[in-house]
Amino acid sequence: MVPLSHYLGLSAILFILGAAGFVFRRNIITVFMCIELMLNAVNLAFMAFSRFLGNLDGQIFVFFVIVVAAAEAAVGLAVIIALHRHRPSLNIEDVDSMKM
Amino acid sequence: MMTLLPVDMMRILPEIILSVFAVLVMLLEPFVRGASKKLLGWLALLGVLAAAGSTVRIWLYPWPGMGTAFGGSVSADEFSFFFINLFLLVAGLVILGSMDYLERNHADHGEFYALTLMGTVGMCFMAASTDLIMIFLGLEISSIATYILAGYRRDDRLSNEAALKYFLLGSFATAFFLYGIAFVYGLTGTTNLLGASTRMGAPGQWTAFAQAGLILMFVGLAFKLSTAPFQIWAPDVYQGAPAPVTAFMSVGPKAAAFSVLIRIFLGSFTSANALSMKILWISAALTMCVGNLGALWQSNVKRLLAYSAIAHAGYVLVGVAAGGSKGISGVMYYLTAYALMNVGAFLLIAYLAGPDEQRVEIKDYHGLATERPAVAACLTVFFLSLAGFPTTAGFLGKFYLFRAAIHSHLVGLTILALLNSAVSVYYYFKIIVAMYMNEDKTECASVTLPWPVRAALGVSVVGIFYLGLAPNDFMGLTLIASTSLFK
Repeated sequence: MVPLSHYLGLSAILFILGAAGFVFRRNIITVFMCIELMLNAVNLAFMAFSRFLGNLDGQIFVFFVIVVAAAEAAVGLAVIIALHRHRPSLNIEDVDSMKM
Repeated sequence: MMTLLPVDMMRILPEIILSVFAVLVMLLEPFVRGASKKLLGWLALLGVLAAAGSTVRIWLYPWPGMGTAFGGSVSADEFSFFFINLFLLVAGLVILGSMDYLERNHADHGEFYALTLMGTVGMCFMAASTDLIMIFLGLEISSIATYILAGYRRDDRLSNEAALKYFLLGSFATAFFLYGIAFVYGLTGTTNLLGASTRMGAPGQWTAFAQAGLILMFVGLAFKLSTAPFQIWAPDVYQGAPAPVTAFMSVGPKAAAFSVLIRIFLGSFTSANALSMKILWISAALTMCVGNLGALWQSNVKRLLAYSAIAHAGYVLVGVAAGGSKGISGVMYYLTAYALMNVGAFLLIAYLAGPDEQRVEIKDYHGLATERPAVAACLTVFFLSLAGFPTTAGFLGKFYLFRAAIHSHLVGLTILALLNSAVSVYYYFKIIVAMYMNEDKTECASVTLPWPVRAALGVSVVGIFYLGLAPNDFMGLTLIASTSLFK
């Protein structure tokens, strides 16, 4: 059987990749997908813990995370579309009407 | 199989009532035409009052009484009821203040009230939950509603931008919070706060892994609290969002996140005290300095108040760091005072700004006192209270917070907080001076303040002086609420 540490390692790598992508990527859609990657890294951790603890709470949590992520995606994409109507690009650096 | 008991339903009655009214507002929206759309606002306000009434009902009568519901995932106790009533106060004031604002800016009514109520439901669940799953759901219900509200003026560049920034950073923060929960779950095998804290009962159990989980949860909450170094989104979002929405989200979600912070760090994981003290100390010190120093340079009133909101989160963190029932009751008192003065200030700014929020610079307020003395006096009360002037609620709030901090031997932090309050006087007075010591004509003089707004402002001003001059009854209430956390 694959040990727990492998799952957690993969989950940590995915989470860090998502966080790094959030900070360094410039396209708004890509940034948004990086957040989804982070959420899925968390899901993987929950699933692994749930399997190794022999307890279903973690799996229930994963369902809730998926539902909430879907709701967030619906709102997030709507926000991005509303934003795109006023701007030609989806580059995050162009979203800077408010500066010190 | 868990059966649904009437007791369980009764203990989440405020949330149920708010949800029902939110759905009702949405359902009735298409049937109401034109000028009578405002009726939906009154319906939403009725929902807020009914929810407040239900908390009083549960508080006073023996059945169903205080206790947990749904297998220990929600707790109806004095602590959660205090916060629920605080959120209801904020929601009520914002709904009162935004009815005419929406009409003037040709925005849709129904969705606004429904989203405000839904956001309030989420915040109520945050305060009442004792299970990490429920806390997460409450956090998301309130967040998703406020993401939409931030972008409510869809045709406005700034509003769009505010919604995007709030959404991206908010979901980023959620991921951190969730990852922290995953760590706690992995260590304890449960998401219930009571169960998890019993299993992590000894300080020695806080290994590097457990500490990482706790820090991740704090980071997630810190974004919602807008504490440094996670405050970067706040100035842009507060400036860009419609002013009544800023009033709502600069108080509501922040107070809700504080209730979660207190429940997790002070109410549950007390064995990790050494670590949480360190985190809270650093965070409080940084937040106060960043907020106050940032506010000094601002010329836009909304942006200035955004930085001041960051600084106030720092003061409240001083109270959280102080801990104990004294610290927590101080936090509750301060959050109520902060709700009154901040919501009041933002509602007034919303009306002075005029159509499409054109006038939000300090120079637009030049000479306001000569033309509209009552309006200027009202704004002055809010700013004096924010600055912490004696006789106002802001002064006593700071007094209670800092006294609790001294009792907990946080002398360094208290001195820093006092220095910061002194600095903050400068930028609040910058606006007061602009209003009183200038002879210019101001365009703001032409604004009309409809009576619902006057009522909301009146409640805020009276509340500020009531809390500032006769705080004993209220302080007793916060003490009852804060001790219920440790039962």
